[in-house]
Amino acid sequence: MITAPPSGPVPFDDALARGLLADMLRVRRLEEKAAELYGAGKIRGFLHLYIGEEAVAAGAMRALSAEDNVVATYREHGHALLRGMAMRSIMAEMFGKVEGCSRGHGGSMHLFDARIRLFGGNAIVGGGLPLAVGLALAERMQDSPRVTACFFGEGAIAEGAFHEAMNLAGLWRLPVLFCCENNLYAMGTALSRSEAQTDLCLKAASYGVSTLRADGQDVVAVHQTTRAALERLRNEGVPVFVEYQTYRYRAHSMFDPELYRDKSEVEAWKSRGPLHTYSARLKAEGRLSEAEFLALDSQVGDEVEDAVAYAESGTWESFDDLMRAVHTASPAA
Amino acid sequence: MKRSYREALRGALRAALAGDPRVFMMGEDIGRYGGTYAVTKGLLDEFGAERIRDTPLSELGFVGAGIGAALGGMRPIVEIMTVNFSLLALDQIVNTAALYHHMSGGQFSVPLVIRVATGAGRQVAAQHSHSFENWYAHIPGIKVLAPATVEDARGMLAAALADPDPVVMFEHVQLYNLEDECPDLVEVDIVSAKVRRPGSQLSLITYGGSLPKTLVAAERLATLGIDAEVIDLRVLRPLDAPTVLASVRKCRRAVVIDECWRSGSLAAEIVALIVENAFYDLDAPPARVCSEEVPIPYAKHLEDAVLPQPEKIVDAALSLFGEPPP
Ligand SMILES: Cc1ncc(C[n+]2csc(CCOP(=O)(O)OP(=O)(O)O)c2C)c(N)n1
Repeated sequence: MITAPPSGPVPFDDALARGLLADMLRVRRLEEKAAELYGAGKIRGFLHLYIGEEAVAAGAMRALSAEDNVVATYREHGHALLRGMAMRSIMAEMFGKVEGCSRGHGGSMHLFDARIRLFGGNAIVGGGLPLAVGLALAERMQDSPRVTACFFGEGAIAEGAFHEAMNLAGLWRLPVLFCCENNLYAMGTALSRSEAQTDLCLKAASYGVSTLRADGQDVVAVHQTTRAALERLRNEGVPVFVEYQTYRYRAHSMFDPELYRDKSEVEAWKSRGPLHTYSARLKAEGRLSEAEFLALDSQVGDEVEDAVAYAESGTWESFDDLMRAVHTASPAA
Repeated sequence: MKRSYREALRGALRAALAGDPRVFMMGEDIGRYGGTYAVTKGLLDEFGAERIRDTPLSELGFVGAGIGAALGGMRPIVEIMTVNFSLLALDQIVNTAALYHHMSGGQFSVPLVIRVATGAGRQVAAQHSHSFENWYAHIPGIKVLAPATVEDARGMLAAALADPDPVVMFEHVQLYNLEDECPDLVEVDIVSAKVRRPGSQLSLITYGGSLPKTLVAAERLATLGIDAEVIDLRVLRPLDAPTVLASVRKCRRAVVIDECWRSGSLAAEIVALIVENAFYDLDAPPARVCSEEVPIPYAKHLEDAVLPQPEKIVDAALSLFGEPPP
């Protein structure tokens, strides 16, 4: 449902308020460039853009701590970047260069980084959910306070993996934050054409999982709701499911002719765009000037250009190393 | 008439839907989206949402439903978007579809056709580039097809639908844009392998997405003075052993080309077949060109290096003749 654009004051201090803006802008500009480079043939394979959904990753990541685990999907450039992966590493990975986070083995859909506890980049719909449950179980068994945040699209809710994962998490009261990015379409299949019961929170609740819902186009709401979810998770010791209601502005992937939705629908959602509505709110409060916005944008532009140059000058993995990552090298070798 | 592999498949689906009210399709994004590889594009408008049935993301669920519908008297064609996701449905395919006839003492048959896109070569990385034809070909109770030509893309579906048992049909993603002459109506069998290029000195045995590469290699070998015969297996289970063996006995040398990983590959089965049955007819040990034993990498140069390629086929062939080639 399309409601009024997010509005009102931003109840955060300047560091957080501006940080969120910078986060969204970095993801947006990175992906706009990626789309351009796809057109130029520099990036190949599947490329799933997050454009329109940036508020979700931005608001949610800033609620998590650096120690927490993150599991993501193939639409994860934003999650990786905002989790702390260098833009250079992401771009190099998309170019297929050895300097990429996954040595060019993974590409756009498989961004992994152990140092920031980012467990991928999973391109099997629903595939990350059981994995997140297992991570949370391991943390629980090791008395660690870590939370495991698992991002997935609403399409995954039709998969058995979702239901099995929710049940286990609810049954064992595991510290999983289920972050459902409901952008209304799974490729070309609208939620209402996929689910008899479209109230996603109701489904999650049936597994004994606590639920919350947020306007995913509103970075303020996303951040506040995610913080509340984490508090609940820590205080009550139950998994929490958050539905972020959002929208994808671009095609599903670069192969999608978008036959399944009206341009007018996309345009209507764009009027609720996470970036321009948020910067307008900061401006209305006198906390951001146009000049400051432009300065930030040009700084981000420089970061993107630097990432592209880095990826361009990167190297191709040598064929001699081809078999290297098939098995873990034994310490003796 | 010239048409693409994709159009040929669509023509076959259209004819099946128009010709038999029991036929219907199920799968992810086959309707409104127009088909992931655009094979089913336009069929929703023509046949309606009852018969071109978009499903939720539930591979296990809708393949199971296809089995039930087949048992219930329909002739479902289930599209699993890619072989990678067919793993989520494997339990239904292996434990139900393939076993039902046997377990029921012959009382029930499952006339289900499952179409699956397969293979690598599009830089879509490890989780989206599998070749598991060998896994499926391992299972008694199902038939496994690999149309590699436009003609087979047009003709195999009808034969599959006419079969009383489950049939899994693999469509290599690199073939969808392949174009060739193909009449409107095609009748083909789903029992035999075919000679795609006659030759006398070397058998190149392959199937699916590796056929075009193998034909290229055969032409290159011709310029080097080696007259290669190319066998397209077409049907991966049950295998047409007589056609394979006749070619090998004639040519006395064989290379098997298979995009599956080498260990436990379909190529391994073919080589075993040759060694068991034509050992004394061979002038050289059979060779295999398979994918390197590594997950399929994203970067193009690495992906190319991992997959069978015409150069690798040529090299493997030359190695059977010793140096220099005749
Ligand atoms: C098990 C499985 N089935 C099908 C696909 C093909 N596929 C890739 S993305 C996608 C849509 C998923 O939609 P959703 O979960 O809502 O996430 P979104 O792409 O909208 O972010 C599909 C069907 C897949 N990758 N994995």
